[in-house]
Amino acid sequence: MTEVTQVILDNGLKILLKEIHTAPLISHWLWYRVGSKDEPSGKTGISHWVEHMQFKGTPQFPASMLDKAIAREGGTWNAFTFLDWTTYYETMPAAKIDLALRLEADRMLNSAFDPAEVESERTVILSEREGHENEPSFLLGEAVQAACFRVHPYHHEVIGDTADLHAISAADLRQHYQSYYIPNNAVLALAGDFDTDEMLARLTELYGAIPAGPPPPRLNRPEPPRRGETRLEVNGPGETTYVQIAYPALPGAHPDFYALAVLDSLLAGPSNLNMFGGGGISNRTSRLYHALVEKELAVGVHGGSVTTIDPFLYSITLTVHPQRSPDECLAALDAEIAQMQEQRVSPEEIARAIKQARAMFAFGAENITNQAFWLGYSEMFATYDWFLTYLEHLAAVTPEDVRRVAGETFRPEKRVVGVYRPDGSPVEAE
Amino acid sequence: MSRAAHSLPGPGDIFRAVTGNGITVLARTNPNSPSIAMGGFLQAGSLFDSDEKLGLADFTSAALMRGTAKRNFYQINDALESLGAALGFGCGARTTSFSGRALSEDLPLLFELLSDCLRAPAFPPEYVERLRAQLLTGLSIREQDTGDRADMAFDEIIYANHPFRRPDDGYPETIQAIHRDDLADFHRRHYGPRGMVLAVVGAIEPPQVWGMVERFLGDWANPDQPPYHALPALEPLDAITRRHVTVAGKSQTSLVVGCHGPSRKADDYLAASLANSVLGQFGMMGRIGDVVRERSGLAYYAYSSLSAGLETGTWDISAGVNPANLERAIDLILKEVALFVEQGVSEQELRDSQDNFVGRLPLSLESNGGVANALLNIERYQLGLDHYQTFEERVRAITPEQVHQAIRRHLNPERLAIVTAG
Repeated sequence: MTEVTQVILDNGLKILLKEIHTAPLISHWLWYRVGSKDEPSGKTGISHWVEHMQFKGTPQFPASMLDKAIAREGGTWNAFTFLDWTTYYETMPAAKIDLALRLEADRMLNSAFDPAEVESERTVILSEREGHENEPSFLLGEAVQAACFRVHPYHHEVIGDTADLHAISAADLRQHYQSYYIPNNAVLALAGDFDTDEMLARLTELYGAIPAGPPPPRLNRPEPPRRGETRLEVNGPGETTYVQIAYPALPGAHPDFYALAVLDSLLAGPSNLNMFGGGGISNRTSRLYHALVEKELAVGVHGGSVTTIDPFLYSITLTVHPQRSPDECLAALDAEIAQMQEQRVSPEEIARAIKQARAMFAFGAENITNQAFWLGYSEMFATYDWFLTYLEHLAAVTPEDVRRVAGETFRPEKRVVGVYRPDGSPVEAE
Repeated sequence: MSRAAHSLPGPGDIFRAVTGNGITVLARTNPNSPSIAMGGFLQAGSLFDSDEKLGLADFTSAALMRGTAKRNFYQINDALESLGAALGFGCGARTTSFSGRALSEDLPLLFELLSDCLRAPAFPPEYVERLRAQLLTGLSIREQDTGDRADMAFDEIIYANHPFRRPDDGYPETIQAIHRDDLADFHRRHYGPRGMVLAVVGAIEPPQVWGMVERFLGDWANPDQPPYHALPALEPLDAITRRHVTVAGKSQTSLVVGCHGPSRKADDYLAASLANSVLGQFGMMGRIGDVVRERSGLAYYAYSSLSAGLETGTWDISAGVNPANLERAIDLILKEVALFVEQGVSEQELRDSQDNFVGRLPLSLESNGGVANALLNIERYQLGLDHYQTFEERVRAITPEQVHQAIRRHLNPERLAIVTAG
């Protein structure tokens, strides 16, 4: 494994660098520790909106020239907002990377937040939300998530609620930006065809003068324990019924996360942890596929958790077979879960989960973009060591760990069960 | 840049050979990767489907991994999933395609499963029925997807007199009309080595790939594989043709505006591609993205795309908009198209897109899967093994006049299909 250089500048900016010389490319990621969990009611969606505004330009890099400059060099760039973080990346020919370095350093401090641009982007984001609302899975997921988190700010979708998207102002956006877009709240990660010393010198030159800010505000509102199962129903158009079952899950840095990953692999098929690059593995031999799809109760099932700072969800979604009911599916699901809680899995099954993870990481390593992604992403909920030692930790999981974590995670009194039931709206073509 | 040019696939490092039974084998070594990607296709597409059993080719490809003469459903998938490997089949109008990946140590198993599923699928009745329910659910989800519905209506208009008007995955009634024996029949008639193409890229030497093709597919024969019938010529639209598909209860309407475009082999394909980049791709979705999203805030996505096949192609603009803004968005798009046809592209715009086409190549060819797709493209469209190495030269040679000619040849603001669904 190539060595990774880690440096923290005086202003608190953490930098991770990994030289990879297999292709003349560099991928550059800037991560901020801000996401939808930092949004109080009334301001939901503001982190994602700030992300959009970061593409609207600075005095030095006006919007119209930014995207053209990157595209002209054959680069690709984008940004993502999640529960815990917001990230920006550019992957470019190595000789052209300086543009990305200058651009990211500049927009840490100098984004414009022009009120006219804010208004124009308001309708773009409302349109983005309307696109999501066209999907039953979004409507169901949003309702289940809100039911899972009454207190904790994980309760709303990253896109935000429509009411807040109408109300948030340019001043709100600017304030959010100024509070969280500071070097001591950011991680910079680069992988690719560069010389570490030269790159570090250039990054220090670009970022060193940006002042640290006060520690950004955090909402500290732990979710109280749930005292009984919640069931909810969402109605909408279509003919297909979906069921989503969500259990409170372990955060990414928890020592039992690895046992949960093995459990996930056996129960629902291994979740692909690579955000970029291939590696997805089908789940046709998973226990839930066998119990639900092979028994013709459902036509599809998937499940998994994501790595978060605070406890989020292990979520299972079923597409119900047209001739079956959600209750029949739930009964079969509960029987499978009970078995994982009562009987130990075999060491061979754990070995299989490790091989799957090894293959997924190997596929993901083909992309420089994905390699740089891991450098920063793992820092958002743990440290880069989490990634480096992931396979070792999986190998240390015992059958008893899996049984115990199944017992602790899949507690019926702690879950939310949501059903998307078609309301019989007519579908007609004109 | 010299290093980038060296890393582009070319005659010096692409292995290409044809087996005695007609399989074209392509391979390229990537010593930096512990894994391999595989892809390919065979000449069995939905063009062979009757109207009554439309979706048969697709159904057949989806059923290949449900059981073979040697392995049942569980054994096939257990072999793959235990290794973290993947194999899948899909179907288009002309070909049934496959793709797979594995750690390089597991390539022999991937070949064995590919061969087993292609040559000896059993179509177990129980699995055919289970799959039918899954396909029907997929079609009822498609019925609710405004994007899919708009695309389907667009194809019905653009390909009114042509088999491409039909969706490859059929309709609920045609899927219901397909029997288990139809799948076996389709397989027997159309699956075979003639015209098959297979590419492998990754930590493997070409002779090993060749050896595995010989071993697992070398003795496959199907002398009766029928050729495709010639397709009818396309009839251009003679006026603006507008259609709305009602999908109740949706927040957003999907919009498609477009017409016929060049085929992949057309002389002006590259000029039209560069034109398309300027129109609705470059930067934040080109001129269309600029006018619809950036300046008017009317849509989260608005872009244009060129889809070119062997003989036909389409050129269209897609956007997702609030129903209240629909007419304004259409109006803006039509005005932009009219301006584009009248004025063409500026030298600067062309140079930007040329730079982008050349600059992005290393990124698109970074992964094994990306290179495998590139090799398959070369073969599918007979582009020549030096296609990627001569690409820059050909892109740079295109002039603004050639781009303008391509625009005028294909885009006519008076003859567009305008489809909305929502």
